[in-house]
Amino acid sequence: MTKYLLQRILYMFITLFLIASFTFFLMKMMPGSPFTMQDKLSEAQKAILNAKYGLDDPMPVQYLKYLGSLVQGDLGISFQYDNRSVTSLIMQRIGPSAQLGFQAMFFGTIIGIFLGVIAALRQNTWVDYGSTIMAVLGKSIPSFVFAGLLQYWIGVKLGWFPVAFWSGWEFTVLPTIALAMFPIAISARFMRTEMIEVLGSDYITLARAKGASNYDIAVKHALRNALIPVVTVLGPLAVSLMTGTLVIEKIFSIPGLGEQFVRSITTNDYPVIMGTTLFFAALFIVIVLVVDILYGIIDPRIRLAGGKK
Amino acid sequence: MKKSKYLLLLALTLVLSAFLAACGGGNSAQNNGGQGETPPAGEGEPTGPQVLNVVDSAEIPTMDSVQGTDAVAFNVMNNVFEGLYRLGENDEVVEGVAKSHEVSEDGLTYTFTLREDSVWSNGEPVTANDFVFAWQRAVDPNSGSEYGPYMMNGKIKNATQVSAGELPLEELGVKAVDDYTLEVTLEQPVAYFESLMTFPTFFPQNQKFLEEQGDKYALEADTLIYNGPFTLDSWEHEVGWTMKKNADYWDAETVKLDEINVKVVKEVSTGVNLYTAQQIDISPGLTSDFVTQYKEDPDLISYLEPTIFWFKFNQTKNEALANVNIRKAISMGFNKQDMADYVLNNGSIPANYSVPVEFVQHPETGEDFREKNGDINAFDAEKAKEHWEKGLEELGTEAVTIEILGGDTETAKTMQEYLQNQLQENLPGLTIKLKEVPFAQRLDLDAAMDYDMQLAGWGPDYLDAISFSNLWITDGGNNKMGYSNEEYDKLLNDVMTTYANDPVKRFEAMQEAERILLEEDAAIAPIYQRGTTRLWKPYVQNVYRHNFGPDFSYKWAYISGK
Repeated sequence: MTKYLLQRILYMFITLFLIASFTFFLMKMMPGSPFTMQDKLSEAQKAILNAKYGLDDPMPVQYLKYLGSLVQGDLGISFQYDNRSVTSLIMQRIGPSAQLGFQAMFFGTIIGIFLGVIAALRQNTWVDYGSTIMAVLGKSIPSFVFAGLLQYWIGVKLGWFPVAFWSGWEFTVLPTIALAMFPIAISARFMRTEMIEVLGSDYITLARAKGASNYDIAVKHALRNALIPVVTVLGPLAVSLMTGTLVIEKIFSIPGLGEQFVRSITTNDYPVIMGTTLFFAALFIVIVLVVDILYGIIDPRIRLAGGKK
Repeated sequence: MKKSKYLLLLALTLVLSAFLAACGGGNSAQNNGGQGETPPAGEGEPTGPQVLNVVDSAEIPTMDSVQGTDAVAFNVMNNVFEGLYRLGENDEVVEGVAKSHEVSEDGLTYTFTLREDSVWSNGEPVTANDFVFAWQRAVDPNSGSEYGPYMMNGKIKNATQVSAGELPLEELGVKAVDDYTLEVTLEQPVAYFESLMTFPTFFPQNQKFLEEQGDKYALEADTLIYNGPFTLDSWEHEVGWTMKKNADYWDAETVKLDEINVKVVKEVSTGVNLYTAQQIDISPGLTSDFVTQYKEDPDLISYLEPTIFWFKFNQTKNEALANVNIRKAISMGFNKQDMADYVLNNGSIPANYSVPVEFVQHPETGEDFREKNGDINAFDAEKAKEHWEKGLEELGTEAVTIEILGGDTETAKTMQEYLQNQLQENLPGLTIKLKEVPFAQRLDLDAAMDYDMQLAGWGPDYLDAISFSNLWITDGGNNKMGYSNEEYDKLLNDVMTTYANDPVKRFEAMQEAERILLEEDAAIAPIYQRGTTRLWKPYVQNVYRHNFGPDFSYKWAYISGK
């Protein structure tokens, strides 16, 4: 297990290095400059600014300098926000994105799994159809539509929760619901399919023959096996939710990372583009590892590293 | 299979009904009132809590006045700092840190007398040296200021050489004669110099405080000091900021608002929902769909901005666009009124000119810049066709293909498609291709002159027609379309030199230059002058809106009858 983990961590660093290199050169291919007033600057002024920020160095030199700083843990200073370090920008914004993502993931998955299990157990009844409708709606309607409707009806018309902003638990309710619709739909659909398959397998028939109760069959025997494919889907979904979803953050005026990332691309803020890309990549790699470890916990038959021969 | 079809149908019905319900709900705000045109000004006395709640579109990129480049930063700076002068009602220049000034006969030396009761929020007086320090920082090549050289080069003596690193900072034409006397020497007379002094790049900075803060200067509300009507009380990055009345401000008596809460809202629909939920007092600028939805609402106000959008014709790349008849045909070949009314629908108006309406007035008669030249190259399908046929004959062809370079936002795309349709319909034989790219790429293509026709715009940084007129001088930094007219260049040269101290001749020369640019050469094809429409609570009084520099001044604002 330790050897496996060390190996995975080594691969993680190699992956991050490749991502950093690839992103760096792709980013440099983007048109435009990070100077907001480039149409008003003279050529001489542009040259002075490029020299000041090292943008006039040949590309390989810029790349090596960047890697040098990166190794020392320095992500640089933002061009867009004068004098602010990229690390502080990411740290300021990751909190709301992570909290919102976690809440949406947590509630979305629990509700989704519950709906999926119920639907499978009550196959072809109104419960099943109801759950299917929820899942179809959740998967086919984009979260920003839910966001707009929730904001208007629950925020403005009923006044139950704040319309927007981020300064307390009550502010998280509407964006969490809007964002949770997709995980609900995904986990409900997966759970239902997997549960139906597992419920039809021989060992369940055997358990029934032995007189196990419906509850025991569903929870003790079927649920665990049905969860494995669901966990596979939820890994990447967790990353996308936790790193912030641009639209939800914009609609509810949440100071999150997703919006920051997109803005850095449109403004050619090179250090922020690199910083956020690496941060997202690292998070993704870690979550993939966690998912792999989770497999072993859910189903001990899945061995992480070879096992005994 | 059948079941899933029914389910889909049911789901679709549910979604549709939810949509329709939400859309219908918006109309509840309608009533029988009329539509206001401008923000409420000076009606009633201040009553109730003097707290204003507004939104802005983004986080403040910087609070270092020397580094500021955008509207959000300028807006906050204008209310928490103060320069030699500030903008009052109708962009009139009013007293700031300077009580008065004298100008030498040749118009080259300005001597400002500063008030002695203007203090920083740490108790130190605002002195002439604070201006010298800030201005030198703004042109210092090491500071990386973008606006500093842009605003000062060619205006303040030696700014060009200092910003290029060819002369030391001390050679910049600004000097503290004593603590309260500031002397500024110009390269050449600048007719709009007083209004320039209201711009944040020219604000003072306290050297001792700035050096004490080092890298942390201006990063947080408490690593700054203030000398304006308000202080920045709190600043929560990406969330919002609060400004509070500055009791130590020299004119604190005039300031009525105790607190201004600004929240960052990036979606117009969110801003409208917050306005409807009574959480903010002024909405963001509305998009076309919201203007339609709230058109009967008495809170709706519209105003014009001095920002114009136009087609730039690159005369060096596409042979057809080097032909004046082809350019005239395109200029007259699309319906600008419909474009403003239906495509934009946000208070914008058709533009048949290059210097905006309601921006600058004749120095003697006071009449608008537009009065003399009026509309040039207005939409006229017949005339456009005549010019088009003549142009094709001169080119010896029957068909022309032109590419339009434009933006990639939803509004830009709709606009470009409309223009494509109009031009192809009104000018037989014309094929328009659209190239829709992000803003940064458009600027690159513009700089490289790698386009046929480009949809671009311009807003002024100071109150003078030259902000627009000097864009088109031969080889000018913004020309980038191969336009050159000796007569035009001579007129603009006269404006900057011979007529520099003769406001009337100067003004009229710029009017004549505009006539040459459009009527004779059709060098550009103006499309529209931008307008803004907002929802504005009638109890918010005297928020002064500005045509250039910062958007709003809250110094005179108050709440009455909330």
